[in-house]
Amino acid sequence: MMRAAAAQSTSPARASSPFYSRKVALSLALPRKRIFHNANYSQRALRGVSTWANVKQGPPDPILGVTEAFKADTDSRKINLGVGAYRDENGKPFVLPSVRKAEESIVKAKYDKEYLPITGFGEFTKNAAILAYGKDSTPLKEGRVAITQSISGTGALRIGAAFLSRWYPHAKTVYLPTPSWGNHTPIMKDSGLEVKQYRYYDKKTVGLDFKGLVEDLKAAPSNSIVLLHACAHNPTGVDPTKEQWKEIADLVKEKGHFPFFDMAYQGFASGSVDADAFAPRYFVEQNIPIVLSQSFAKNMGLYGERVGAFSIVTASPEEKARVDSQLKILVRPMYSNPPLHGARIAGTILADQELYGQWLGEVKHMADRIIGMRADLKKLLVSDLGSKLNWDHITNQIGMFCFTGLTPEQVAKLKSEHHVYLTNDGRISIAGVTPHNINHLAESIHEVTK
Amino acid sequence: MPLSKLSNPRPLRSFPTSKTYLFGENHKVIKEDRVASVQTISGTGANHLGALFLARYYRPPGLPPHGGVKLYISNPTWANHEPIFANVGISATKYPYYDPKTIALDMKGFSKTLEEAPNHSIFLLHACAHNPTGVDPTPEQWKELAEIFLRKKHFAFFDCAYQGFASGSLDNDAFSVRLFADLNVPMLVCQSYAKNAGLYGERIGCLNLIASTAGDGVGGKARLQSQLSVLSRVEISNPPTFGARIVSKILNDPQLFEEWKRDVKEMADRIIWTRETLYNLLTQKYQTPPLGDSGNWEHIRRQIGMFSFTGLNPEQVAVIVKKGHVYMTGNGRISMAGLNTKNIEYVAECIDKAVRGTF
Repeated sequence: MMRAAAAQSTSPARASSPFYSRKVALSLALPRKRIFHNANYSQRALRGVSTWANVKQGPPDPILGVTEAFKADTDSRKINLGVGAYRDENGKPFVLPSVRKAEESIVKAKYDKEYLPITGFGEFTKNAAILAYGKDSTPLKEGRVAITQSISGTGALRIGAAFLSRWYPHAKTVYLPTPSWGNHTPIMKDSGLEVKQYRYYDKKTVGLDFKGLVEDLKAAPSNSIVLLHACAHNPTGVDPTKEQWKEIADLVKEKGHFPFFDMAYQGFASGSVDADAFAPRYFVEQNIPIVLSQSFAKNMGLYGERVGAFSIVTASPEEKARVDSQLKILVRPMYSNPPLHGARIAGTILADQELYGQWLGEVKHMADRIIGMRADLKKLLVSDLGSKLNWDHITNQIGMFCFTGLTPEQVAKLKSEHHVYLTNDGRISIAGVTPHNINHLAESIHEVTK
Repeated sequence: MPLSKLSNPRPLRSFPTSKTYLFGENHKVIKEDRVASVQTISGTGANHLGALFLARYYRPPGLPPHGGVKLYISNPTWANHEPIFANVGISATKYPYYDPKTIALDMKGFSKTLEEAPNHSIFLLHACAHNPTGVDPTPEQWKELAEIFLRKKHFAFFDCAYQGFASGSLDNDAFSVRLFADLNVPMLVCQSYAKNAGLYGERIGCLNLIASTAGDGVGGKARLQSQLSVLSRVEISNPPTFGARIVSKILNDPQLFEEWKRDVKEMADRIIWTRETLYNLLTQKYQTPPLGDSGNWEHIRRQIGMFSFTGLNPEQVAVIVKKGHVYMTGNGRISMAGLNTKNIEYVAECIDKAVRGTF
């Protein structure tokens, strides 16, 4: 079974290369013969014991599992409600017309592809900050907001976590709501932060456990880092009311907690970019220093282009400069500078009055479709199908996701008997609901819950 | 790719065409499907992910369980290499590489360090067009180095940022990588398309790890792939689409691929032209005295890629910058890409003046 060294596998590329000599290859291959004498090694001996013998198979992505099961299903009524991306009324991906317009103008302009600065495309970051904080925001006007372009929301969270891990002067612990987006925990942990939880979702009411939230944040040591979903909580869709946000802000102030806002759905949740930014803006108005992760994946539909920003409200322009320099030091050994194309698109839209107005309309259109589907789904369950259960949470919740309250057993039945695919926690992506499939969905939910 | 897939969030996946470009479709590692590849944020991202993977998983026998991996980088190397590794907790030791006296490779010093390093050490190698010196081992020297790697069971961390861009031939530029893979040296290869496809700001690169088998057995490609995806997901979720689509289209369209190869050769040829011309100006027009123990200006022609270590010392550099207004780094490195028909004579004149001390 011993292969004659490298002689059998001559690649034409190698054979034609003036630099390659088979004789040398054979002579260099000789050491392998010694390993082969131990019969146990067999095939592996040809390459020595594997360098990577200790690497285990990594866990499969749970969301991917849902999509794969959906793909394998041949029933024509099947619905995929695992997908975390917006779909139009025909279930198709939606590229925003304003994005297309911006993209066309960029391609036409034939810009070069030189490196962006480490903290990204200035036109984009400047306007991303205005979008998030509001143009009248005091720290913005005073030049105190440090901001860097990032690899979408994930990248922003990662830079933020790495920054806090290195520079936060108190305990390197972050409190996450229970539940939270699945990737939050590993992002924080890999950056060197310890992860703790605060109560958030109440299974019994299928709503916010505000009492538990307040208790847990009160009990946490002072100056703890607290991650807050600015709007459209992922995965529950359960958001605090304005009044509750104000109470949370008071508590954060009292305890000296440090808010890390994750804003992945500005505009996409309610249809209004200002309304959706209420929480972070309110905190800033209350002089609570925050850090903020922004994603343009959903609200601009720029998903794969990876457009995001991470910002820090600092005490002064001088502090901002220092913070900025440290952000650069964090970014450079990770990826040097961020990608060009998506930032140009987003920057073009944000900077052009007409395109910006067009974009606001398109975001509202997406949000309205989701809100409409929520209303229709609830109506079907309650009025048309006569479900005895309380489905208010479908319309109380906001954003792309809805925690239905279904149990894992009910979820399993939805998959096996009704060809409706969702994650085991009962979360559905309303973005996957369309006028074409909503009837089947409502009927299926009713069947497994009645 | 169907149009409906545009702007979809892309699942993390391998970058199949990139590794074929790197190794050639007939290389055994490709035919045996043993290369785990992940798209990265250009070369920096590949270096970072490769370093991180080593920090997490490189546990050769004799090493303590928590790590203690020993890494060697060339003296000098790209300025970002050391911070990239330090960032994931791996400190670097320098191996002799550039000899300022001969303005060439210090093969003796390099080999000695390879021999004296503990077995299973990691050595960072520039696949071609060494940055910043432009000094590459010859094919014979690469074979000698590979032999030591095998004997010492060292791990080769290849940084390949200039395939095609260095000599104008993508096969020649991949010689070292293909040789080491053929000889089963444990290794990974970082690729960048910043220079050879001019895609700089679009951030397109690839990390390739060679497994001992395909599939999900011990040390298998599928396992490596899955863990690379896990690490990538926690930092960027998925890599950017735009640049990847461009490269993918080029690599998969025979006509575009040929056109691209011509474009790359054109860039490489222009750089080679600057080298030949500068050499001629220094040796024929100005007859500038040679530097160090080199006895000649051959290094300008022999070095390869974007950068050249001229051999000028810091004092000479300071004078050129101040009096000649020609900007270069203190180590005498010039970017050949900055030379063109309009300025090359002037630069040669400045070098001549600096060497003679007649500024």
